[in-house]
Amino acid sequence: MSVDIYKINPEFRDIMPKEILDLEDNATWYGEKRGINDLTDKKEILEEHSLCAGCPEAAALRYILASLPTPSETVIVNSTGCTSLMFPHIALHTVHSLFGNQNAVASGIKRVLDWRFPDKTKDVVVLAGDGATIDIGLDYTLQSFFRQEKITTICFDNEVYANTGGQESGSTPKGQVFKMAPKGKVFDKVPMWELAVTSGCQYSVKLTASAPKSVAKVVREAILIAREMGPSYIHLYTPCILEIGLDANEGLWEMKEQDKDRFVSFKYVSPEAEEYLKNCKKEGIL
Amino acid sequence: MSIKNMTKEKNWSGQTLVSTDYLLFEAPREKHFMTGSEVLKEAMKRCTVDASVSYPITPQSEAAHLIGELWAEGYVGTYFRGENEFGVMSEVAGCAMAGARTVTTTSGPGTLRAMENFPMWSGTRIPCQLVLMARGINSPLTIQPDNLEVSFLLETGCMIWYAENVQELFDMSIAAFTVAEMPDVHVPIITAVDGFFVSHTRESVMLPADDIALFPYNPYKAPLPPIDSEMPPGRFLRDPFVMKSNYISYATHASWQWEVRSAVDRSIPYAKHFLKGLAHVTGDQDAEIVFVACGTASHQAKEANRELTKMGIKSKVVKLRTIRPFPHAELLEATKSAKYIFVPEFNIVGWLDKEVTQSLYGKSEAKIIGRPRVAGGMSMPVEAILKEVLENVKKGA
Repeated sequence: MSVDIYKINPEFRDIMPKEILDLEDNATWYGEKRGINDLTDKKEILEEHSLCAGCPEAAALRYILASLPTPSETVIVNSTGCTSLMFPHIALHTVHSLFGNQNAVASGIKRVLDWRFPDKTKDVVVLAGDGATIDIGLDYTLQSFFRQEKITTICFDNEVYANTGGQESGSTPKGQVFKMAPKGKVFDKVPMWELAVTSGCQYSVKLTASAPKSVAKVVREAILIAREMGPSYIHLYTPCILEIGLDANEGLWEMKEQDKDRFVSFKYVSPEAEEYLKNCKKEGIL
Repeated sequence: MSIKNMTKEKNWSGQTLVSTDYLLFEAPREKHFMTGSEVLKEAMKRCTVDASVSYPITPQSEAAHLIGELWAEGYVGTYFRGENEFGVMSEVAGCAMAGARTVTTTSGPGTLRAMENFPMWSGTRIPCQLVLMARGINSPLTIQPDNLEVSFLLETGCMIWYAENVQELFDMSIAAFTVAEMPDVHVPIITAVDGFFVSHTRESVMLPADDIALFPYNPYKAPLPPIDSEMPPGRFLRDPFVMKSNYISYATHASWQWEVRSAVDRSIPYAKHFLKGLAHVTGDQDAEIVFVACGTASHQAKEANRELTKMGIKSKVVKLRTIRPFPHAELLEATKSAKYIFVPEFNIVGWLDKEVTQSLYGKSEAKIIGRPRVAGGMSMPVEAILKEVLENVKKGA
């Protein structure tokens, strides 16, 4: 049914809020030209958000949503944390159920959508924080990779449990002082992007959200690979400016700094996925 | 195998689609001899099941294998082994949210590992079925029959039915989908049996032919839209309470929880029809000695009833078939004549005794005796029940 479900009964147009009308009139829903350039003049699928002023995670989510190949056929699975504050504002089907079970829920959804709609392409994208992906949910994240579930997993890594007030996570760098690590973290940052490769992801990329076009490119590639090949993983640095003591206008600077440090670019593409991406380029869908 | 092979008359595996009434009450039946695990396969084979996720744990493993065989044979849409019971129950949630008729099975420690999921299931209003083959809970390690785990499930917002034997497991697990999927109910259902005593015991059972099956689940009749991008997203998903002020959050969360419990209560007329009553009463109608039990404990109580009859002592057995919703009215009616109510149970805490006592508080003069109680795999010999009865009645007389 796709984008038709976002069309409004003409009888009700006069009483609908403008943001709902805009979804039909001025949002992009599919097509190779759909992308972050839409952010300047098209209606976004995200209707505002309730994160802190200047939060890089909010910017990253906007880039991601603008880059989905077919939002009207995309289901987004979420977990608990700062991300769960944004999800209610997304105009798509989104799920929040528990903390850490996002890849398990996504596996069930994807399997059933493939069963119920054999002639359609339905994308399932997991968006969760580092606590959800790497600590409490690590088992379910990795097991979905082992099982070769055809889902895309995007981790918003802010290197801290931000929503609960700034506690150390597995993704926190060694030595960092946070709550629950009052003497500094004693072990290294968990290299989730590497675990994704050894666990069977066809595609694993680590980057910061400093360059919108780079985010857009990997999101599109990751979703196309998940459709045809198997699991894909994106590890995205979206710092918590609040917890590391930065101002609202300093998030971009922080991400650019980390482009050269902990988040220096990492990209793994399996040989089969590489071949597939080449074909996608030839066919003009990438 | 593809869902595209389904027509208005046949499901994807070529079985003729029939109503639940026809399947349960009208279709001719033939006698078979099988275990509870085997009969669950036969039941699921006739249920047009879209999805199942499994995980090994004694004593439910065989039932889970056999549902896998149904998938391999083309009867079940999608099936896989999950990573552990927490993952499995989340995968089941995903399957059901995406619009699938979904079944899974678990036992004992698996139930507890999965625990966080069950209130999430009911809060999400998915009509999936968990077949629970009850066993003990660690520690110490036990794989013996014991139904303590059911007590942990009582307040999850899921319906809980309890089957006594292999035949009841067959009929109940079919009716379970039908009642859980009613648009005005639409909550998960847990169909419980005592592990080993039912899962592993071979009994004679009457089954309809296997070329008929239930009509498929229609997720578009659900009170919440399925997560399949085929309908506009629901407010529940787009507008969760936690995003509101705390003041609104309190009120909406409370009313949502209340509505889940109301939905369980709204299953009563459907359960009455498909189970032929929420409680089954056998024995002398005017007896002063009444046994209230569920599962195989009610079977032992019926044996005690026979022995007491031989001694010239009248008694009756009230077998509760639904635990959630709890059959308050049926229990009160069936215990009107009671001076002594015995609640024999296969667990150490006496959760059913607590339920019965609470239900009858202020409404019955009867002395409620939560015994005999056996646990950890002990059997419940009829003699143990008779001893309790004779000692208490002698004391009272």
